[in-house]
Amino acid sequence: MVSPILELTDINKSFGHVQANKNINLKINKGTIHGIIGENGAGKSTLMSIVFGLYQANSGSIKINGKEINLRSPRDSIINGIGMVHQHFMLVENFTVLENIILGFEGETVFGEKLQKAKEDLEKLCKTYNFNIDLDATISDLSVGFRQRVEILKSLYRGAEILILDEPTGVLTPQEVDELFKILRSLKDEGKTIVLITHKLIEIMDLTSEVSVMRQGEMVGHTKTEDTSKEQLAEMMVGRSVLLRVDKKEIKKGETIFKVNNLSVKDDLDVTRVKDVNLEICSGEILGIAGVTGNGQTELLEALSGIRKVESGNIELFGEKISDQNNFLNPRMLKEKGLAHVPEDRQRMGLISDFKAHENLIFGYHDQEPYSKSAILNNKEITEYSNKVMQEYDVRPNSPNLITSNFSGGNQQKIILSRELNENPKVLLVGQPTRGVDIGAIEFIHQRLIDMRDKGAAILLASVELDEILSLSDRIIVMFDGKIVGEKENKNVTDRELGLLMAGVA
Amino acid sequence: MSNIVVDKSKVPWWVSNVIVPLVNLTLALLVSGLFVFIAGENPIEAVKLIIYGSFGYIQGFAYTLYYTTNFIFTGLAFAVAFHCRLFNIGGEGQAYIGGLGVFLVAINLSFLPVPIVWLLAIFGAFLFGAAWAYIPAYLQSKRGSHVVITTIMFNFIASSLMIFLLVDVIRDTNQMAPHTVKLPEEIWLPSFEAFSGILGVKIRYSPLNLTFLLAIASLFFVWFLVWKTKWGYEMRAVGHNTQAAIYAGISPHKNIIIAMCISGGLAGLLGVNEILGVSHKIQAGFPAGYGFTGIAVALMGRNHPIGILPAAFLFGILYQGGSEVTFEMPNITRYMFVAVQGLIILFSGALENLFRPQIESFFVRRLNREVNA
Repeated sequence: MVSPILELTDINKSFGHVQANKNINLKINKGTIHGIIGENGAGKSTLMSIVFGLYQANSGSIKINGKEINLRSPRDSIINGIGMVHQHFMLVENFTVLENIILGFEGETVFGEKLQKAKEDLEKLCKTYNFNIDLDATISDLSVGFRQRVEILKSLYRGAEILILDEPTGVLTPQEVDELFKILRSLKDEGKTIVLITHKLIEIMDLTSEVSVMRQGEMVGHTKTEDTSKEQLAEMMVGRSVLLRVDKKEIKKGETIFKVNNLSVKDDLDVTRVKDVNLEICSGEILGIAGVTGNGQTELLEALSGIRKVESGNIELFGEKISDQNNFLNPRMLKEKGLAHVPEDRQRMGLISDFKAHENLIFGYHDQEPYSKSAILNNKEITEYSNKVMQEYDVRPNSPNLITSNFSGGNQQKIILSRELNENPKVLLVGQPTRGVDIGAIEFIHQRLIDMRDKGAAILLASVELDEILSLSDRIIVMFDGKIVGEKENKNVTDRELGLLMAGVA
Repeated sequence: MSNIVVDKSKVPWWVSNVIVPLVNLTLALLVSGLFVFIAGENPIEAVKLIIYGSFGYIQGFAYTLYYTTNFIFTGLAFAVAFHCRLFNIGGEGQAYIGGLGVFLVAINLSFLPVPIVWLLAIFGAFLFGAAWAYIPAYLQSKRGSHVVITTIMFNFIASSLMIFLLVDVIRDTNQMAPHTVKLPEEIWLPSFEAFSGILGVKIRYSPLNLTFLLAIASLFFVWFLVWKTKWGYEMRAVGHNTQAAIYAGISPHKNIIIAMCISGGLAGLLGVNEILGVSHKIQAGFPAGYGFTGIAVALMGRNHPIGILPAAFLFGILYQGGSEVTFEMPNITRYMFVAVQGLIILFSGALENLFRPQIESFFVRRLNREVNA
């Protein structure tokens, strides 16, 4: 049998007390798309960073084409034909595509022949794989999907035979995902080997021929993709069986408590992002907003939660006008009226990552009793409360004094959720509640949202995960280009129907 | 590429907050010793002189604490603003204007009972310092003019304004020098000589006075404000993540102004030490660089009152011991000690991360071994 193109034997890696990789063995065959799947913090990215030479393993060996090699830096890996596309792109924004690709490999001091040669080579590459990239475009003018292609092209140009992609679809729209998959398939057909790191089961099933599952730093299984199913993989990932659909009681709709009339909102660049939106939410109902990222959902949620100014139109809560173009209540006043908000981007908005967990657990409620009395924080109350909710929401580790950035994404999200749900809000605005969160936590978060609905809260849920919208919502609206382009009861709605609305074609 | 990755949560607090600053300080002093050696003097002797000058006799020690007082005020001033991620470089000017506040209150209200005059004068110092910081704060919060730039400018404006006042408006007209009349003696803050008399020790003169206790109280005040009140909480929230603060309904504008005003007020308290405690009149240029050195004090003390106290004390030792050295060693000038201060700032501020990863990973490994053993 031919030796595998990449073989890892007994790889160990620890950071302080945390062992990120334990005795990992992995074989990747040439010309395949190999998926590595696991929850957040399972050790996938660490493993691939070792292969790419960013980290050095504490022990273990790496073989390429049966030959043992020593990777001390990314440069060693590139020489050995390994390329990696990171989750966050490593591109110089104000350079052109060409300049970015040859960066570090210019080969001459004054640009001339070699630059010309590089350009020709790249044009050939682009044609082979149908990249459709203008080499002279500036990176900052390109969409996220194109930037990713530049990264792939960069690796190929440097002679990559093995291409590692770390969560490549996290930042892409569904259309861009399709395009990416097309490219990856054509790369495979040309004999390249692709390693796909992801926590999305659908991508594994769609694209890969072999899959390896990681859990808590260990490799728990390898299998051919055709021999397995989504459910089986999910079970391997979390170590128990999970419900991919949420159990939901029949809707008990109350009266309308939150109303948006002819709302328009501008973004920071003075572009109108929300155009004449009308919506109503009743108590005991989840209204889902589907849509591709960047179609006004962010600005809509920000306006509704009092962060962003309303351009025209108004918002009503319990029949009382809370915001219009002349005045709007700030988030603190809205909280007092029973409106809570779980923001889309937890790092940027929902949390202060340098604060301790207990400080984040009272964030926005810090000036209310019992957490503070006449401006003095009551540490005893805050600690007691933190211990209680962290237990209730199963935040791990359960240590209120730990700095928040040391928690995993899922646990950070639980911190926000527990804070916002604790006051039993009447209206709950939720943006991307499970972005970057592992399956175990997703299940938990979904259940909490359903519980809130059953208790009679009116919930507005914006998510780019169609599955999430379909499994949680009672009613779905679709946003495209700042407008509401469709509204459906969530009965017998198909992905396809919504997909067409999201793409703005229906 | 040697990339040392240290799991921050595993580093014991005393390693990052005690060992690392001490290593940095030692290095700064070693390099300073080298300079002294090059200048043709014996570094060991110089250290002995510094220690003798700052601790060896009671009057010297009193001087050390007097300098410490000033550094506590300016160090705290920088630290408070820094918790809101504002670099208040204007401590010098705020202290200068704070001095004006003390003097105006004290001279105009000297008919009131003495302790009340003191309280009002302290309040006046704080208020004037705060007012001087308010303008850059306002410009930052409403117009986005960076406080680093505006506070530096305001140092120059403060200096020119005070020279103008000292020459044309509030000068003691019985003489030519740019300073005011002395405050009436009844309202001077009791100095250390007075206390030492009670304790049975007789010393000639020391500038140390009751303001030292005010400085210690300020340390408590800042600790309480920053970590125990909702105002401190909000300031830190704005400093760490403005977007998140807005989301939580915390106003960045308001907190920038509050942080800067408290910062300016603390710098202003330096005027209490200098005017109510020591010279009893406003002299041109009395803040003498304490405002700038306060930045180094705060950096070295990691912007925490518990760190600022020893850092201020260390700079006090350097100031007092340094003057002893320049007096005894002809080859060492006053400017040598400015260079020493510079080295300390370089090693504990700019090169902060030079050894931190190595030291932290060393201790993490050591402690792990102990746990596993």
